[in-house]
Amino acid sequence: MMFTDVVFYVLAAILLLSGLRVITTRNPVHAALFLVLAFFTAAGIWLLLQAEFLAIALILVYVGAVMVLFLFVVMMLDINIDKLREGFWEYLPMAGTIGLLMIVEMGMVLAEKNLRPSQAVTLPPNYSNTAELGKVLYTDYLLPFELASVVLLVAMIAAIVLTLRDRKDSKSMNPADQVKVKRNDRLRIISMPAEVEPEHVAPEEEK
Amino acid sequence: MDNMQFDLLTLLPEMVVLAMAMFILLLDLFILPQNRFIIYGLSQFTLFAAAFFTFKTHTPAVGFAFNHMFIDDTLADVIKLMMYLGTSLIFVYTRKYLQDRNLYRGEFYAMVLFGLLGMMIMVSGHSMLTIYMGLELLSLCLYSLVAFDRDNKQASEAAMKYFVLGALASGMLLYGMSMLYGMTGSLDVADIANSIMQHQGKSPVMIMGLVFVVAGIAFKFGAVPFQMWVPDVYQGAPTPMTLIIGSVPKLAAYAMTVRLLVQGLHPLAQDWQDMMLLMAVLSIVIGNFSAIVQTNLKRMLAYSTISHVGFIMFGFMSANANGFASSFFYISTYVLMSIAGFGIILLLSRQGFEAEQIDDLKGLNQKNPWIAFLMLIIMFSMAGIPPTVGFYAKFTVLQAAWQAGFTWAVVSAVLMAVIGAFYYLNIVRKMYFDAPVGSQVAITAPMDMRFILSVHALGLLGLGLFPESLLGVCGRSLLMSLQ
Repeated sequence: MMFTDVVFYVLAAILLLSGLRVITTRNPVHAALFLVLAFFTAAGIWLLLQAEFLAIALILVYVGAVMVLFLFVVMMLDINIDKLREGFWEYLPMAGTIGLLMIVEMGMVLAEKNLRPSQAVTLPPNYSNTAELGKVLYTDYLLPFELASVVLLVAMIAAIVLTLRDRKDSKSMNPADQVKVKRNDRLRIISMPAEVEPEHVAPEEEK
Repeated sequence: MDNMQFDLLTLLPEMVVLAMAMFILLLDLFILPQNRFIIYGLSQFTLFAAAFFTFKTHTPAVGFAFNHMFIDDTLADVIKLMMYLGTSLIFVYTRKYLQDRNLYRGEFYAMVLFGLLGMMIMVSGHSMLTIYMGLELLSLCLYSLVAFDRDNKQASEAAMKYFVLGALASGMLLYGMSMLYGMTGSLDVADIANSIMQHQGKSPVMIMGLVFVVAGIAFKFGAVPFQMWVPDVYQGAPTPMTLIIGSVPKLAAYAMTVRLLVQGLHPLAQDWQDMMLLMAVLSIVIGNFSAIVQTNLKRMLAYSTISHVGFIMFGFMSANANGFASSFFYISTYVLMSIAGFGIILLLSRQGFEAEQIDDLKGLNQKNPWIAFLMLIIMFSMAGIPPTVGFYAKFTVLQAAWQAGFTWAVVSAVLMAVIGAFYYLNIVRKMYFDAPVGSQVAITAPMDMRFILSVHALGLLGLGLFPESLLGVCGRSLLMSLQ
């Protein structure tokens, strides 16, 4: 057994365990942290496959941005996780059956001979995964790349459309409106006699 | 990259739609709400311009762009022209409704145009990656359009359901695609077909990939057993959004099926034929039986969609050019019918009133005989009663399946079509023989909408009398692309 094999099995074991903990732990913050651990180990496995760009992107994007945001949300929202989990175990027979079916199916597929690579691909010494990806991304895969940008634009528009609203109780001010204000908008001068003589009312007589 | 210039010209209609969608989005910021008709006009102009360029750049030869990621053949051009027409009708029919409900905003038009772009990419995708990107673009626009009316709780719920289930379906499709990529080593549709043919043997991984791809397609169509989102989303979404979801995207789903299953996985046709058969029969049975008991018109039309999708699957099940052409004819007429049907609901709705219960149509003939007559044509067409185009659509599909030897499936489909006629004719009965409920309220829809809807519904009758032209276009364009 080579050294890389040992590393792979260690990483894979940590990955599986942390993946399991993500769904079994009670505390959502712990679950998010276990997911971070799972991402780290997955990045390690990618590094073993010499896919260093994907590994770095996984850590930068998922661990650095997505999960941190997620942690913020989990910490800010006061979610009672026990309430959400009520009746969680009632689904066990159904989920167990489906899970077992999937394991059997995957086992059947994996047992197939032509899935096993005949030989490991050896890469030239100065091979750079990042450079190769960059080359195909901007030549062969230019169209899907541009389309992805349109998808992101639409996602941005949708997020703004669905969340931006003028609230009636909003206290925000528009400085331009404040500058433009005229005296007449704020103050109304009405003419009225300087002094009004109180009318003399005869006291009511008692009956 | 020498032929870059030529490449870009192939994508001219797509570029027009993209540029105009962004322009409309920006222009909307500088326009006063009372001048929003400019946005509406520009959106219609965009469709016209795209149609012009699609027509202008059309050649009988098959053109490729971006390393065979994008294909421009006759089938793509014909479907795109149908999409422009459908979208244009959608814009006409939804305007009044949106104005009444404070939804008449520039983002609506930009979103629909972005969605149209996604559909055009799906139609012209020649690589699994391009098709998937187009599908995601379309789906994202549809999710946000359903949630567009933010204060509407029902719509938000529908959007959430649609989003979660749609994401799941996209994931399945992508998973299937990755398996196919792993086995064939290519994303290109033609290369996949070649690779499968050369290696002959079908590995379980390939079949598993196929199953996932078919499941993804079936979800996007709304075929049984992936139909659970259809009724809830159709009923919950505001009617204009239901109109959008239920019409033009079906054309894109058809194109996606042709590209993936027919052009890419044709060597595996024997395997997906069985899946199609099962889905087709189940969709027709479940769709029709569930539609009978509905009291909500939109929900009823949702179940009727499921049964129509079953008929479309019938064409694919035959797995020959004849069957695909009949499916194409069916789907193009179905899109016309569903736009007209939801158009009537929009026409009868007014500020503060949704005409979405079947009982709202009671006695329509006494209140407004002309609209009742138009609805009669649409319902006859959906039920497939002879002088209308719906009859020819069902006829061609079943004929193709009969010739391919699916006798019992055809017989059961005919039986189900008879059962389906019950709930369509029930609406006609309510319109003509029941006393009207509620007070007499004039219809407030603008003239252009009434006129176009009238022409549209009468067109269903006209196409039924002279179906050859559309039938010919569908058959020829498909043959030119499949050879």
